[in-house]
Amino acid sequence: MNIIICAKVIPASSVTIEIDPATKCMVRKGVPHELDPAAACALEEGLRLTEKHGGAATVLTMGINDATIGIRNALAMGAANAIHILDDALAGSDALGTAKALAAAIKKETFDLVICAAESSDSYSGIVPGQLAQLLGLAPLTFAKEIGVDGKKITIKRQSESGYDIVEAELPALVTVTSGINEPRYPQLKGIMAAKKKEIKKYTAADLGLGADQVGSAGAKEKVLSVGRPPARQAGRIVTDEGEGGKQIADFLAEMKVL
Amino acid sequence: MADLIWVYAEVIEDKITPTTLELLSKASELGTAEAVLLGPAPDGAVQMLADYGASKIYRSADPVFRDYLTLPAVETLASLIRKHRPAVMLFASSYGGRDVAAALSALLDLGAITDVGDFVLKEGSVEATIPALGGSYQNASTLAGGGTKILLVRQKSFEAKTRAQTAAVEEVTAPADSAFRKVRVAERVTVKQEGPQLEGANVIVAGGRGLKAAEHFEMLRQLAEILGGAVGATRAVVDAGWVPYSLQVGQTGKTVKPNLYIACGISGAVQHLAGMKSSKTIIAINKDPEAPIFQFADLGVVGDVFKVVPQLIEEIKKRKGA
Repeated sequence: MNIIICAKVIPASSVTIEIDPATKCMVRKGVPHELDPAAACALEEGLRLTEKHGGAATVLTMGINDATIGIRNALAMGAANAIHILDDALAGSDALGTAKALAAAIKKETFDLVICAAESSDSYSGIVPGQLAQLLGLAPLTFAKEIGVDGKKITIKRQSESGYDIVEAELPALVTVTSGINEPRYPQLKGIMAAKKKEIKKYTAADLGLGADQVGSAGAKEKVLSVGRPPARQAGRIVTDEGEGGKQIADFLAEMKVL
Repeated sequence: MADLIWVYAEVIEDKITPTTLELLSKASELGTAEAVLLGPAPDGAVQMLADYGASKIYRSADPVFRDYLTLPAVETLASLIRKHRPAVMLFASSYGGRDVAAALSALLDLGAITDVGDFVLKEGSVEATIPALGGSYQNASTLAGGGTKILLVRQKSFEAKTRAQTAAVEEVTAPADSAFRKVRVAERVTVKQEGPQLEGANVIVAGGRGLKAAEHFEMLRQLAEILGGAVGATRAVVDAGWVPYSLQVGQTGKTVKPNLYIACGISGAVQHLAGMKSSKTIIAINKDPEAPIFQFADLGVVGDVFKVVPQLIEEIKKRKGA
């Protein structure tokens, strides 16, 4: 089975994400990037499924040039192919614009399954996969904690508010995974070397037939009006435990009349 | 004419969800509130929606909405929206709410704003405030263009208030086409939660990755118990399988506002802060003095949770006994 994994490459977790007051977007350029850990789980699941059932895993990213590092990492983990939607015209796309670009790229491929993280670790909006499934007419199976494929049938354990659901559909389908679904593998030296030589297929917005009315900041229906800081919390007291930390908390609780 | 605001009513574990009622209360303050309730619901559900502000309820009790995920609800909502053109359609940021809102926005080519904390109606559109990056920023967004505005709203953003109200009920039919029955729920499994519920708890003692292993949550259970509180956890801990999802506090878990929140071994990732930063008093224990959680703490103790927490438990026992 051929699987496409939508993987976001995001500012590295060591970076404090800033929002540019002028563009009202996250500052991405010039910031170290990494494969979103949530996307790494999606890729790991895709790799395990292709290892079990055959076929190839293709990683698909939309992002700036700095995203290349994350794509190489995905290839090093074992993805057979990579597609990078790379175009300044796409900067400022909202969730639906992003879904349209991903859908257009996926339509050029033959596949049985699309896997996405349930949400990215930088913006957490969590609606791109649902929009993507709808645009592609795929059965959406979401918040998977476990995936099983048997012939044309796919079954997942879906996280729910009260426990989990067993949910099933026929392939082709789109699955979103929660980050606890697996422990992503680390790339091995052999994989890292091989990844350097692999070609990354690149698309512009025009290649995908997308105009400024659909993608980029002009095409975004969501317009950010302002960015600001909410009223700051009054600064608290920070103490270093020198053997009395627990007692100090108890004193504080007594002050608060909890004790 | 008052603006028409719709609420997607959700039933989880045979109950109308609290967020549904919060959204209806807000909608009825800002305009004419109407609800869409699809699938089997408990007795009195329609009356309950009316009690919290719905003046009209679009209703189908067809089990297809329960047994097949997302697609039947999206198709039904899309045809209702095309016909009645509400100004705003509100969803809870729940699993089901996110799925339905996402597909609906793509089907109708409408924008959607997620993680909304508050909103107002302005000149035919909405202006929503979104606590961003765990509350270190607060953004405001609007949706350009015509059509219904889709908002996914965080739980507990508004107060649920009853108002005397009678509601008209309009029956709707479920889509018959098998194309909308692609995602079948074969089984629903309820995982029983031990201990007190996070919702409504006065005191929450929460643990993060700093606790290192599942068994160390026992120490937090003890602390919570003597303070009459509940135990919470971060997403990392839930993802690792140390505690069930029902204990997760954060953007994709529960939003809590207890009087006292004790964060143990929690660094304060964006995801977690979003769910607890409105707690009245926050105490944080973490070995890393640079942990972001300290910026939100009323009292921060830089130290080892495995030393500080047991000492705190002993100290509370001593003082309570005295």
